[in-house]
Amino acid sequence: MKKQKKLKEYRINREWCKGCGICVHFCPKDVLELDQDGKSSVIRPDDCIVCGFCERLCPDLAITIIPEEQEAA
Amino acid sequence: MAVHNYIRQRFFPHLWCPGCGHGTILNNMLRAVDELGISKNDLVMVSGIGCSSRISGYVDFHSLHTIHGRALAYATGVKMSQPRLNVLIPMGDGDALAIGGNHFIHACRRNMDLTAIIMNNRIYGMTGGQFSPLSGEGILCTTAPQLTIDRSFDTVELALASGASFVARTTSFHVREITKLIARAIQHKGFSVVEILSQCPTHFGRKNKLGDASNMLEFFKKNTTPFGSKAKQDNPELIERGIFRELDIPDYCADYERTIQKAQKGKSS
Repeated sequence: MKKQKKLKEYRINREWCKGCGICVHFCPKDVLELDQDGKSSVIRPDDCIVCGFCERLCPDLAITIIPEEQEAA
Repeated sequence: MAVHNYIRQRFFPHLWCPGCGHGTILNNMLRAVDELGISKNDLVMVSGIGCSSRISGYVDFHSLHTIHGRALAYATGVKMSQPRLNVLIPMGDGDALAIGGNHFIHACRRNMDLTAIIMNNRIYGMTGGQFSPLSGEGILCTTAPQLTIDRSFDTVELALASGASFVARTTSFHVREITKLIARAIQHKGFSVVEILSQCPTHFGRKNKLGDASNMLEFFKKNTTPFGSKAKQDNPELIERGIFRELDIPDYCADYERTIQKAQKGKSS
């Protein structure tokens, strides 16, 4: 069985994020929210399924998702 | 992230508005380049003028930021002198089909081996929201306070009729498709057109009460369908996405090379 990918690190470049909210809107697991500065921030990292949709949708190239190293098959 | 290796990070954050689809196109275009493993030295990006055309400043390839509507003319020159290079030409809807409309149809006709990426947000954003030949009817913008009456071009139909050998369309919501189609377009030998519907929340969205960037992306999600799907037959209003043509015919540089060989036949050069 294919193992579910796990999140190792979720990086948001706050200098680049313009707070458009696209990542928050489209996250299938509601992992993200806009904080008091209007920037994207990770609220529920444990729910992240590492689908990578936010990383690809981000118009500011501000999101980097680092999955845990996959065990060799 | 791999895409960060292909950008000039000193120019970030970029100047596009919050939620602009052009950033998403840049993001997924770079993934296509990364997947193909093309060296930065073998890539040339040529752009004209407009919001979309600023993209050439952000990529760490050879880049030319040229004059309005003439990106394809410059790109033709680059390709003719250095046929081994991959040439990408991102253009806005106005840059490609209004100011550069003539260059566009003739590049299609010649089947130059170039990759044209039309980032269609249906508005001139940089200059304050004037309508373009892709805005369509009934759109509110600065130059049409009583709504537009102009009908729009269909980029795909135009490219097909003009003779482009690879024609595709997707949207800034369908991010994996952007990467897939651009990768296919770069690999295609001949003139490739990839139209990517993009959102301009600042001018197009706000004036036409389409909500924020996320709402505009929801529109792309709900109102498009894969080319040839049954959904299109049931609802002709849907916009089709996918590859509309992929023809293996000789490109202009190959024909030109043959002409040179013919002319030099029997002569020692």
